[in-house]
This record gives sequence, structure tokens and C-alpha cells, in this order.
Amino acid sequence: MKLSELVVADAIIPELASTDRNGVIREMVNALAAAMGMSEEDANAISKSVIARENQGSTGFGKGVAVPHVKHPAIKRIAATIARSSAGVDFAALDRAPVYIVVLLLSPPDNPDQHLASMENIFRHLQRDNFRRFLRQATTKEEIIDLIHEADEFPGG
Amino acid sequence: MSVLARNVIIPNPQGLHARPAMKFVDTAGRFQSHILVRKGNRVVDGKNPMEMMLLEASQGTVLELQAEGPDAADALEALAGLVAGGFGEMHPEK
Repeated sequence: MKLSELVVADAIIPELASTDRNGVIREMVNALAAAMGMSEEDANAISKSVIARENQGSTGFGKGVAVPHVKHPAIKRIAATIARSSAGVDFAALDRAPVYIVVLLLSPPDNPDQHLASMENIFRHLQRDNFRRFLRQATTKEEIIDLIHEADEFPGG
Repeated sequence: MSVLARNVIIPNPQGLHARPAMKFVDTAGRFQSHILVRKGNRVVDGKNPMEMMLLEASQGTVLELQAEGPDAADALEALAGLVAGGFGEMHPEK
């Protein structure tokens, strides 16, 4: 699966309004839920699960990146969104540094292998210095979408 | 200094997802030894959480753990035990 197929373009947030971790998670889940036609009730339940998951162990992997995620029965197909914070958010990251790029991944509960494959895809791109740098510099949804397509076309670039 | 290696099999149904990967990195980080993890042709740094996610190691996947350094044997013992125990995610035996 390509990154552009995983990321729901309409749910991309080029500048997060929230400045705290839980607020960021809710903002991103709501954007993804709205883009996918999910109910507000489901969105709230999913946000709670993502936050509970995050409390068990931070998904701040370091280098300014966090990948909060959850497997939840209300999620019918795997989907991700990307958000940017220019101020930085405290995710209790492994390296204790603020997070500027957040990738939210929502998976159905019954397909752990697809979840692992999607995480591999996300980290294959996120571990590249250039991809992270350009994402941090992007200021519009269109720029972020272009970066995702470029990443799919030139996976080594 | 010689490199020690040991094969492990991922036992838990959810595979090596983020939380187990973080636990692995956390455990590996307690040792001085250089830790590598190999799945087929792919070799990653066992102390780098992002690289660990590239393994895409589902249940039943065989990983080779490699350790090189003064505490290599202890590191392998701890890491192999962590994996074999399902990263603490499996139901404890009664």
C-alpha cells in the first residue's frame, strides 16, 4: 500500500490548533472521522482509546515525530492522517524533544498484519531526514499531499 | 570481540507493533553492546525505535538477534526472554 492510499487527504491538518497531546489527538481523530463519514460518538470513543493507548506508552519515537494509533471496532478500514505543529507538542517522546509531525493511524481490530505493514510504510518515510524536514516546512495541505506523492514515487529519495 | 547471535520467534498475535518495539529498544538500551536485529535480508539497529518498526514482524516471524560488546551474552539473554515472553502481552500461564 502506498502512503497516499493510507493518508486521507481531506483529514490532513497543516497547522494544529491544539497545543497539548490529548487535544492534538482529538483534533486529528475528529478530522479523520469527519473525512470518513464516521459518527461523532465513534470519534469520541476512538479518541479515548488513542489517549488510553498513549498513556500506556508514548508513541513519540524521537526526532520530532509521534505516531499515535489504535485498533478499534468502530474503524472499518485502515486510515491515517498527518498533522503539523510549528510550536511543537509534548508527547513525552523517547528523546524528550517536542513533536512537530504527528501521524495518526487507525486500524480495524482484526488485521494485525495490515497494521504492521502500514506502520512499516509510515516509518520507512519518517526515518528519512529529508521527508521529516520538508514536512515540517510545509504550510498547506496541498504541500503535504505533494510530499506524500513524491515519497511514494521516490521511496529512496 | 565476537558477535553472539540467537534466533527468536515472535509469539504474540499482534506481532512486533509499537509498544513491544519500544520495550525492546528500552531493554537493548540498558546494555553497552551493539544490538542488531535481522529478518531475512533486512538488518536494523535494535536500539533505534523507528528502524525496529521497519521489520514488520508479525506473529511467527523468526528474527535473529545479534549482540557485540562486553555484555553481549547478558543482552541476548534479556532480549530473547522479552520476545519469548510475548513482550508481556500474552496471558500469563496459570
